[in-house]
Amino acid sequence: MSAAGRSALAPGPVVIWRRWLGPTVRRLLGAIAVFWAVASFTFCIQALLPGDRAELILNVAAGTFTQPTAAELAKVNAKYGFDAPLVVQYLRYLGGLVQGDLGASYQSHRPVLHIIAEQVPPTIGLTLSALLLGWIIAIVLTVPTAGRHDPLSRAVASFQVAAAVAPPYWIGSILLVVLAVKLRLVPVEGGSGLSGVALPALALAIPLSGFIGQVIREEFARVLDQPFVISARMRGMSDLGVRLLHVLRHAVLPGITLSGWALGALFSGAAVIETVFARPGLGGLLVAATSARDVPLVTGIIVASAGMYIIANLLVDIAYPIIDPRIKAS
Amino acid sequence: MTDTLEHGARPARAVDARANAAAPRLLDVANLQVSFGRGAHHVAAVKGVSFSLHQGRCLAIVGESGSGKSVTARSLVGLPGTGATLHADRLAFDGRDLTRLSHRAWRAFRGKEIGFVLQDALVSLDPLRPVGAEIAEGLRLHGAARSREERAQRVVDLLRLVGVPEPELKARQLPQQLSGGQRQRALIAAALALDPRLLIADEPTTALDVTIQAQVLALLEETRARGKALILISHDLAVVSRMADEVLVMRDGEVVERGVAEQIFSDPRHDYTRRLIAAIPSAHSRGSRLAPSSAPRFDTSSAALDPRHAAAAPEILLRADGLVKRFAGPDRSVHTAVDGVSFELRRGETLGIVGESGSGKSTVARLVMAFEPPDVGSVTLLGEDWGTLPEAARRRRRRDISIVYQDPLSSFDPRWTVGRILDDALPDDEPDRRGRIAELFALVGFSGSLAHRRPLELSGGQRQRLAIARAVAPRPRLIVCDEPVSALDVSIQAQVLDLLGDLKAELGVSYLFISHDLGVVHHISDRVLVMNLGRVVESGEADEIFLKPRVDYTKRLVAAVPRLAHRAAGDHPTPRASGAVA
Repeated sequence: MSAAGRSALAPGPVVIWRRWLGPTVRRLLGAIAVFWAVASFTFCIQALLPGDRAELILNVAAGTFTQPTAAELAKVNAKYGFDAPLVVQYLRYLGGLVQGDLGASYQSHRPVLHIIAEQVPPTIGLTLSALLLGWIIAIVLTVPTAGRHDPLSRAVASFQVAAAVAPPYWIGSILLVVLAVKLRLVPVEGGSGLSGVALPALALAIPLSGFIGQVIREEFARVLDQPFVISARMRGMSDLGVRLLHVLRHAVLPGITLSGWALGALFSGAAVIETVFARPGLGGLLVAATSARDVPLVTGIIVASAGMYIIANLLVDIAYPIIDPRIKAS
Repeated sequence: MTDTLEHGARPARAVDARANAAAPRLLDVANLQVSFGRGAHHVAAVKGVSFSLHQGRCLAIVGESGSGKSVTARSLVGLPGTGATLHADRLAFDGRDLTRLSHRAWRAFRGKEIGFVLQDALVSLDPLRPVGAEIAEGLRLHGAARSREERAQRVVDLLRLVGVPEPELKARQLPQQLSGGQRQRALIAAALALDPRLLIADEPTTALDVTIQAQVLALLEETRARGKALILISHDLAVVSRMADEVLVMRDGEVVERGVAEQIFSDPRHDYTRRLIAAIPSAHSRGSRLAPSSAPRFDTSSAALDPRHAAAAPEILLRADGLVKRFAGPDRSVHTAVDGVSFELRRGETLGIVGESGSGKSTVARLVMAFEPPDVGSVTLLGEDWGTLPEAARRRRRRDISIVYQDPLSSFDPRWTVGRILDDALPDDEPDRRGRIAELFALVGFSGSLAHRRPLELSGGQRQRLAIARAVAPRPRLIVCDEPVSALDVSIQAQVLDLLGDLKAELGVSYLFISHDLGVVHHISDRVLVMNLGRVVESGEADEIFLKPRVDYTKRLVAAVPRLAHRAAGDHPTPRASGAVA
């Protein structure tokens, strides 16, 4: 603010800063601050968790529940730096994070970053295809029925409410039984190909489409009555044309905002669905790491998920003005 | 679509009506009926309307909200509204039967044969798309300009035609980046894009400042002069009187009076038309009541309570001294909304503040109400400092001053009943709350049955009465009225203005009355401030300001006010000046 305020004599760069770079830089700084907060929070939990970490590591590695000797503990403490003051540990942790070092897994002793990197692509693939599918279902169901009161439109609206409250794992199980076991349309155990991702993505997309559908339906009905929509009809545009060309753009705006949250929710929802469909991904990894009390891995997954969430919301913030140019103009 | 005119360009306003009548009719409507809903919810909106229109003529449909005038107009393009049932014995455009058109044929017809300008340009252009895209839409839909470049060129030409400055730039901008007048022009340009033979304009000047209003009317006049037929829909008879050849007066879905404009305005036959004409506040209505149905409850001629007749100069209630208020714009530029405004308001006086949008008049209201502190200057209420006190010190004295807004609905909690809204406005130490609420009901002419209604269940006029009752509840010395009648129909406006006049006489309350409507301000005010760009450009007695303005800005404002071109018989008949405002 002060930098822009003081350099008011040079209008060119100032305008560019105010309009474009300023908001983007501010958003990035905000995202970094949020990420730092999440990382610090997980560090605190890790450090303040009851139980001795060195003891935990020895037990995880050995698969036993014995009381190690003091000498053994001291060796581990020294290796992992647990003997250093908490502040030093915290700074080391942050330093590692900046360099992409999330520590090593207690179980496999491989770098956490590598383990996560292996499992992230299937999860991201699942999340993004679920989001895309959710949007397609929501738009296809909402555009022709919003603002109408015939029985079919009411039925579609009711379906969206039901879909929004249905748990994904329940839908997943039903889809699995009906489509894979009874009808044999898709393989029961999903491969990595398109047919493998279809069912889990659908299981996640149906509840999401209900949420998005409800949000855009309300906005759709409101915008349909706006004078500019009637004006377009008065120019000879068809009802469907008006819905697609004028109304939809307004109606998706609240849905876009919701999508930032939805990506994060899908990311965690994927954990359950991946287990239901026995798919590789962060979900299975998180379940395994938690039950094994593999603290660095759990921490790493949480930090990575938070990172995804932040990136998703950053993308939404950047995409929003493209659909709503008023933000740029004002 | 070629622009073949049946009569060529209109040579003059006074085209011989009989010559026109012999020519084929452009539009012919017989027994038009439109209803909404079915069964118990069935509402007839238009009940058998008939009229016809010739090329190059202007028909005005006049009526208040709910009269069915907009539905009638929208029926002409086959879009009366969702859930509407339309019937007409005859609905023909240039000999073509519109009642038999298929959906596809209607789409080809709309925009091409009839251009429609909806009311309120602020929301009639898609806020997410550039203005040019809206104008090009009609060209694209009807295949009038195939290539993108051709359309862009046509858009610029159209914007230039309607007098939008910098058309190349404006075409690429969003509606919010255009001024209100430019938006209305752009909307007219969009309606004219396919050169339709008939242009329908629904309340084209309602949301506009008076000088902009005059420009838009001139543009419509010009369009008509190019041979277009024009249907003008308005609640404002003064606007209509300038342009119309024929007038249709509608009430409750029926045509109560129709005829040549000269006759309607100089010799209205129907009682309702007479009431509409009488309800227009202006210089000549000063001191008289606007709504004939409401007899004064109080003898307003009695001098006893009129402080202006008191021997000594009445006390000063409110003093504003050199008020300055600045706001930071979105790009951190500083905008001075109020720039050195000073005035005094004495007991029993109504001080009007008039100005166009952006003149700073509403900011003055906020400063007077001490909702915001002034950057420079002071507000003194009843001789004590007011504007710069901490809010806690001010709260005890809040009851001395209250406010009535333009849109009462958004100033009420929608879930509260009328009774609760008024109870909430009473001071804590009010001894007989029930009695006082009954008293307030009587003051604003409410029946007791309204006590359990909620704001949404009230009519526009009732809401504004409730807002006034709430303002009066704590027995204030001064009421600030910020555009209190701008959203109301002319007859409701008349009743509210009469009520304000009654309350002043009855309770001795004073008003700071803010409005963009010069007629309203002139009607109700004793003294007037004229504001422009945050400054007071002129102030004085109401009659002096409006009848003998000294400053150029005021002169322009006064000249731009649409006036009834024909005064009702027995008033002050003015010869109809062609096109110019009286």
